Amino acid sequence: MRQIDADFLALPLRRLADAALQRARELGAEHADFRLERVRAETLSLYDTRLEGASDADDLGYAVRVVKNGTWGFASGIQLTPEAAVRVAEQAVRVAEVSAPINTEPIELAPEPVHADVTWVSDYDVDPFEVPSADKVALLADWSAGLLKGADHVSARLLQVKEQKFYADTAGTVTTQQRVRVHPKLNAMKASASGFDDMSTIAPPVGRGYEYLTGTGWDWAAELAKLPELLAEKLAAPSVEAGDYDLVVDPSNLWLTIHESIGHATELDRALGYEAAYAGTSFATFDQLGELVYGSSSMNVTGDRTVTHGLATVGFDDEGVQGQSFDIVKDGVLVGYQLDRRMALMKGLGRSNGCAFADSPGHMPIQRMANVSLAPDPDGPATEELISGVERGLYIVGDKSWSIDMQRYNFQFTGQRAYRISHGRLAGQVRDFAYQATTTDFWQSMEAVGGPGTYVLGGAFNCGKGQPGQVAPVSHGCPSALFRRVRILNTVQEGGK
Amino acid sequence: MTPQEMVERALELSTTDGCVVLVDEESTANLRFAGNTLTTNGVARSSRLTVISIAGQGVGVVSRAAVRPEQLADVVAAADATARDAQPAEDARPLVEGGPASAGWDAPVTPTDIEVFQSFAPALGEAFAAAKAGGRKLYGFAEHTLTSTFLGSSTGLRLRHDQPTGRLELNAKSADLKRSAWTGVATRDFTDVDVAVLDASLARRLDWAKNRVDLPAGRYETLIPPSAVADLMVYLFWSAQARDAVDGRSVFAKPGGGTRVGERLATLPVTLASDPAASGIGCAPFVMAHSSSRESSVFDNGLPLAATDWIKDGRLEALLQTRYSAELSGLPVTPAVDNLIMKGPEDGRSLEEMIASTEHGLLLTCLWYIREVDPQTLLLTGLTRDGVYLVEHGEVVGEVNNFRFNESPVDLLGRVTEIGAAEQTLAREWGDYFTRTVMPAVRVPDFNMSTVSQAS
Repeated sequence: MRQIDADFLALPLRRLADAALQRARELGAEHADFRLERVRAETLSLYDTRLEGASDADDLGYAVRVVKNGTWGFASGIQLTPEAAVRVAEQAVRVAEVSAPINTEPIELAPEPVHADVTWVSDYDVDPFEVPSADKVALLADWSAGLLKGADHVSARLLQVKEQKFYADTAGTVTTQQRVRVHPKLNAMKASASGFDDMSTIAPPVGRGYEYLTGTGWDWAAELAKLPELLAEKLAAPSVEAGDYDLVVDPSNLWLTIHESIGHATELDRALGYEAAYAGTSFATFDQLGELVYGSSSMNVTGDRTVTHGLATVGFDDEGVQGQSFDIVKDGVLVGYQLDRRMALMKGLGRSNGCAFADSPGHMPIQRMANVSLAPDPDGPATEELISGVERGLYIVGDKSWSIDMQRYNFQFTGQRAYRISHGRLAGQVRDFAYQATTTDFWQSMEAVGGPGTYVLGGAFNCGKGQPGQVAPVSHGCPSALFRRVRILNTVQEGGK
Repeated sequence: MTPQEMVERALELSTTDGCVVLVDEESTANLRFAGNTLTTNGVARSSRLTVISIAGQGVGVVSRAAVRPEQLADVVAAADATARDAQPAEDARPLVEGGPASAGWDAPVTPTDIEVFQSFAPALGEAFAAAKAGGRKLYGFAEHTLTSTFLGSSTGLRLRHDQPTGRLELNAKSADLKRSAWTGVATRDFTDVDVAVLDASLARRLDWAKNRVDLPAGRYETLIPPSAVADLMVYLFWSAQARDAVDGRSVFAKPGGGTRVGERLATLPVTLASDPAASGIGCAPFVMAHSSSRESSVFDNGLPLAATDWIKDGRLEALLQTRYSAELSGLPVTPAVDNLIMKGPEDGRSLEEMIASTEHGLLLTCLWYIREVDPQTLLLTGLTRDGVYLVEHGEVVGEVNNFRFNESPVDLLGRVTEIGAAEQTLAREWGDYFTRTVMPAVRVPDFNMSTVSQAS
């Protein structure tokens, strides 16, 4: 197992925490926590095998969050001295005092066992920041050159992040964590007499190291070899006929539908209205817990922060709560929400299930998404068997465009490619497709989920939520699944052409 | 070490052929609220050093936060080493030559703080009380940020820009949460924000919504207010990269090769422009590029920005350029500017006058979750939000259900039948990233409401 980088441990983590927490106590805070973070991100972008842009940036700082007289106060700073940490603690208390007149809901936190001085590191082999950038550029250029043989233009992008967090609170919890994630993505574009189109790789972003690009966890050679041919077929494909179709949705597409229509809809802060003015609320309101028929009986969804290589996987969240796994939808019925400590106590749900996260030292933790995943059927079919049960349908692969309303009812998704299904067999690609549905109608139309052999952990680096805006990485595992009678649009017709 | 000293020291330390140094000092304060009570708040400071080293045609960019004086040499050395190892950058051009330093280059940074809300916070508290008494719940977010950027180069540039950015988003809901209305304002310092007036305007809209009318999906005559126009035009602006057009992969690519610059996009005399010196929405008058991408080049740092027409009298006039893409496209160098202004004819009417002259149509409040469906046409999808109103015989007669739309802003320009008077506005969706806009309301005879959304 990897160790936390020595240069992070060499920072004055405990001295700053002690100074800040002591000052917060002296000023009468009921609760205080201290979080020091260093987040390093490198992005490499190539276009037609040439380096187009490169950035290597980090963010380093710390935050003090207090509850004073039942009101939050938050401040962050960048000077790594105990004196500066004391000033930031004083500032956080001052923010609570200024804010008190407009706070009418006293803040209290659900209890959490004390985790005294624990360390957690994500599961990866090769730190991507230890690989020379020139080597990474060379690999991406080599992959791009291969694709260019069958495309007009090729873009390649590699995102790499290392996140290091130290957390301490007035209850005595102290955690130190490090995790790594990478997302390589290539896109091939080609023009024809009928216009242009493109196709991207469907390899998901993962909580792995550089080994993900060199043979562990994904067969890049196989995917890249097929891409030009798939793109050529797409360019020559007929435009889809709009109407209702049965859909077999590949995990490379379904993860995003899960993210938007289940992941966000079961965030309790949304259900309670705390995101009402921005990200939105949820149709899955708290009064329906235990009763809402979300989907068919094949639908079993969990939230977890523990799955290996998951992008939302941590040892402990940003409130010192241990990462857990929990049910969200059981046999089609809503049975749980994603929580932080404040909401867990407020709604009488006991211990938080550990979904607090802040994306930087300058931001206050809010409830963010766990890895929300749809369980496969232990005895379920292969994707081909799901397809064989469809008379007239589409098989949709890869994510592309996505949009859903602010209560998570109405959504519209496209994909990288779609194949017509005729009499149980694939019958070539179609273009210009989008599927549109209402969340509960869609999940109630899910007739079958595939077996464990179809299960893939997808995800994204950039889930947005909150004000100030924060981004969070999150994974979603799912099998292939079969949905009956879903509305398919022709996007060219939608554009009035 | 002051930011100015950091720029000078980093330039001294660099041993490559050329070097550009940017230091960004940012301070921010925010209040977030929901259901007539505060939810989160905070103040934050950050400091970022970006060193761009040039070795031949290779470039190395290293950006670090909270750099201490003793770390500076390591950051510069890392950028220098990366530049020496790098393959030639396709956008490599001579660095911009320096002139006189910006006025105020030497002045210290004056950060913003929670005190920026000193008069606003009590007013918000009073608005909470008024809303509660009126059966409304207020939700929203107030944020103020000051970013001071110092740009220096080995070619003598010493440029500084101080950018205050503030916004208030205010959302009122009925007690049962079934009716919702929204407004937003951009501000430089919150002294011009009258929360009581904004709350009153939302109360009026919630009253409109008491009469509910359900309508099916379809194409409707639609009045799109300035905030929603801003969201559509900002997306169009972001999509106007010259490189994508030259490569034949955007709505601004000409079939068969080249760009659509010079082509008429709108029948009405609409202008879409940017101007760093525009009153009330002023922004940086020079390029600040922390990394190269399809729409920016680190080699262009310090390039002066001028008033630019992107669309003039309905005709596509310019695309977002770097010096490199300008050479590829054979078009003038017109880099992106951080504001956007859309105007129609001089005699454009107010939104109220446009409502009064509408026989049967829809009035939107704002658009949400806007995503690209087809780059060839720039077809976008998204949702209406916080109030779709039915207008009959010149008056608002009730609220209609929400819809999902599928529309292209480029196509809309060709179908707009009226452009109202332009006003400063805040884009609902893109206001997080792009706050400085002046937009009119527009009338579209056949806006495509693709399906009904149950969201309220």
